[in-house]
Amino acid sequence: MDKEYVGFSALPSQLHRKSVKKGFDFTLMVAGESGLGKSTLINSLFLTNLYEDRQVPEASARLTQTLTIERRSVEIEEGGIKVKLTLVDTPGFGDAVDCSDCWLPVVRYVEEQFEQYLRDESGLNRKNIQDSRVHCCLYFISPFGRGLRPLDVAFLRAMHEKVNIIPVIGKADVLMPKETQALKQKIRDQLKEEQINIYQFPECDSDEDEEFKRQDAEMKGRIPFAVVGSCEVVREGGTTRPVRGRCYSWGTVEVENPHHCDFLNLRRMLVQTHLQDLKEVTHDLLYEGYRARCLQSLARPGARDRASRSKLSRQSTTEIPLPLLPLAETEKLIREKDEELRRMQEMLEKMQAQMQQSQVPGEQSDTL
Amino acid sequence: MDTLKESPSPCSSRHNSPRPAPCEMPATVGIEAVLDQLKIKAMKMGFEFNIMVVGQSGLGKSTMVNTLFKSKVWKSALPGPGVPTPQTLQLHSVSHVIEEKGLKLKLTVTDTPGFGDQINNDKCWEPILGYINEQYEQYLQEEILITRQRHIPDTRVHCCVYFVPPTGHCLRPLDIEFLQRLCQTVNVVPVIARADSLTIEEREAFRSRIQKDLKSHCIDVYPQKRFDEDPNDKILNSKIRERIPFAVVGADQEHVVNGRCVLGRKTNWGIIEVENMAHCEFPLLRDLLIRSHLQDLKDITHNIHYENYRVVRLNESHQLPRGPGWVNLAPVSLASTSAGQVTTSGPSKAHKRAQEEPKYEF
Repeated sequence: MDKEYVGFSALPSQLHRKSVKKGFDFTLMVAGESGLGKSTLINSLFLTNLYEDRQVPEASARLTQTLTIERRSVEIEEGGIKVKLTLVDTPGFGDAVDCSDCWLPVVRYVEEQFEQYLRDESGLNRKNIQDSRVHCCLYFISPFGRGLRPLDVAFLRAMHEKVNIIPVIGKADVLMPKETQALKQKIRDQLKEEQINIYQFPECDSDEDEEFKRQDAEMKGRIPFAVVGSCEVVREGGTTRPVRGRCYSWGTVEVENPHHCDFLNLRRMLVQTHLQDLKEVTHDLLYEGYRARCLQSLARPGARDRASRSKLSRQSTTEIPLPLLPLAETEKLIREKDEELRRMQEMLEKMQAQMQQSQVPGEQSDTL
Repeated sequence: MDTLKESPSPCSSRHNSPRPAPCEMPATVGIEAVLDQLKIKAMKMGFEFNIMVVGQSGLGKSTMVNTLFKSKVWKSALPGPGVPTPQTLQLHSVSHVIEEKGLKLKLTVTDTPGFGDQINNDKCWEPILGYINEQYEQYLQEEILITRQRHIPDTRVHCCVYFVPPTGHCLRPLDIEFLQRLCQTVNVVPVIARADSLTIEEREAFRSRIQKDLKSHCIDVYPQKRFDEDPNDKILNSKIRERIPFAVVGADQEHVVNGRCVLGRKTNWGIIEVENMAHCEFPLLRDLLIRSHLQDLKDITHNIHYENYRVVRLNESHQLPRGPGWVNLAPVSLASTSAGQVTTSGPSKAHKRAQEEPKYEF
């Protein structure tokens, strides 16, 4: 027996086994104007047919369409690992003639998921918390515009503190290489100018080799990714093996060819390397930010009674967050509780006064 | 043609039929020579053509105009650090004189940057309608003067090319609102812009959906069915109507393909040739606008759209009936004005004249 060898280096594989058993769940939101290839890209990314039964609405239906939030779920299994992928779609975004405030339902949806999680986390039975928070939002930018449009800026500004945003340029096969570069640079400049924080892919470890670091830097330089999606397999003249692509009369775009588009980069960064990081950032940064804001805003109206509350809660060593209901009801509850506390305090003071009177003056009894 | 207003003077004809001998009966009168006379007159005077391009930014409007007229009518800016999108819709026109085989064409292109780019695009078509009506008004004012110019400068929009973004789904609410309103006032030719993002099947599906949408919303685009004059026109125009909207691609850079120099867009997977019918339908658009239907566009604008405008204006200003030919034009009361437009002194002159002295104006 090796005395030096304790054996906890086997922990990662235990974690691995446990997570494989538990499975992963991941919620991805896609947003952007219609007609930018969102559904096709999702189908290509995850090699599924999430949009098989989709029917494109007619123009007359579009005239009265308002923004709706749709959720679709699919279970993907690969190599024994199960991923429950939930897709949140926003059909109708940016379609109307007047798109003022059309991003508000989306913001509300994301906050509702946070609220739900906060409620679950503060509840009594925390065994089976369903995490429906949005872990990542793929925002599609039109390749035809000259950078971000006013609607894009408004949406990104409203959402960047609440969800991880990865901007992508949809239908990028319409751009020539120079145009792609110019558009990407313009978008990067605009994002900086508008101070929009998109998801930052974390730095690679310092002990990685130079080649990996160079590849990583090159990949990050390609953000926003210019993507092309396709669910069709074409057999083009050059290579013998069939590839996913789009067949035009002047050539074939191969979706997985890095010279044609950034699809592979997106898939690698989103699924293969940063899936877990996206979930962690959502939980540690975005959700905690939401939770802090939420609790702070609740603490403010009851500030004057903080003293009485702290007296009672001295007995409890940890802060028990109140079971949270929708904010209006919560505030009402807190007000009611404060009223109770005041009443109880008054009773206590009365009892104390009585006790003092009944006792011999001079002797001080211990107050509670 | 503008020359139709004046009868061709026999003195200027150059191709006189040879005088027949007094005792011989001529086989023909020689009326065909009139066509030559018309042609010569046209060559001397030149043509005017006013085209307006409408669509969201980045759909290739400026490039399309350059490609159509094979000259840098516009300095097209590459997407990127280029022209910023203006906050409100503006219209600006550029005029060029293009010459081909001795024939001069005065081409005026009106661009509409900022259309459909805002968050709230409600009523973004009003400045455009205002501009079109203003051109009709200017022409009307010139027409009702007592001493008219021999050749009234024609700034009326003969054709409005509407660029539909290649979503692949169907027409958007903004497209429908715009087309419904503008087809009543001007000839509108919708095109599928940046069609290199759609495969052939996707294009056909998109086209048939658009045609269905146009029909269900009663949008009559050029060539309008109700203006077909004779069966030949009907056949020709029906063929065109089947293919509307054309799926076009514009390019102003030249590349060498198989030894030929072609206009196209070069990508990493191939070169899109603009004039190749297998790649896009740009040749159809060019033929429609320039080679076959240019005069027809002008005729319909003059005979139908302008006349409609004129009737409406005359009716609304006809306050005191003084006689069958007497016209009293009230001042222009159009709802919206386009940015930076200078109102002519025409309306106020007519108004003053009408109010002070009931003169015979027509």
